[in-house]
Amino acid sequence: MKMMNCRDAAQLMSERYERTLSLRERLSLRVHTAMCDGCSNYGKHLDVLRQATARLREGKTGGDH
Amino acid sequence: MSNASAQAASPPWDEASITEIRRDMMRFARMRLRDSGAAEDMVQEALMAAMKSAKGFAGRSTFKTWIFAILRNKIIDHIRTSAREISGSDLVGRAGGDAELADFDVLFDQRGFWNSDDRPETWADPEASFEQDAFWTVFDTCMNNLPEHIARVYTMRELLELDTAEICAELGITNNNCFVILHRARLGLRECLENRWFQGEVR
Repeated sequence: MKMMNCRDAAQLMSERYERTLSLRERLSLRVHTAMCDGCSNYGKHLDVLRQATARLREGKTGGDH
Repeated sequence: MSNASAQAASPPWDEASITEIRRDMMRFARMRLRDSGAAEDMVQEALMAAMKSAKGFAGRSTFKTWIFAILRNKIIDHIRTSAREISGSDLVGRAGGDAELADFDVLFDQRGFWNSDDRPETWADPEASFEQDAFWTVFDTCMNNLPEHIARVYTMRELLELDTAEICAELGITNNNCFVILHRARLGLRECLENRWFQGEVR
């Protein structure tokens, strides 16, 4: 299997919020992020974005809670 | 107004909490609408609607959830109406534009790996950032830095929680286009947050 690059990995990490990735996609993504700190961080950051937008939806922004 | 305030003598309606809720609502609305006049109108309408029937609310947090739900629905209606004014093909055309592709592509080298300057770093304690007003100001700025059509789709998806199929149908674009637009929104937002917030934190 050809090594996936960061651009494709980033796209898949975004798409996994929108659709179920195929087994093949999940595997190549896992292989890539295991070896790539940048993409491993990227995946975590997308989760942070998710948490941030969830807070915004609930109006929980700022230091008064 | 005096009539409404009198009606609303129940707990959620003391002056301080209204001011606070209104501030949070404005932030919520501005981030979704960009047009601060429209944001102001939505917040005002939601507050009025809430005041009319606020009596049943004992707890403040339930009340807040409820009033944000009203606001959210008003904003969704507003976005739906204005989305029809942008044609889907226009959206797609701009999303696929070369200039913009180049903008996002610049994060990667020729082989598609992160440029060393743009490689995502470790973010220290995002939870702690969420507690700071300054973080949300930066978040707001970063949302506003996204190209408008990208921000619109991202807003519909993440802030109004519509699913991708619904957004695509609404805007008349394909699922794939939706995915690409959302991907670019996340790339851009993440990059901006790292540059303007998380990188500065580690000083």
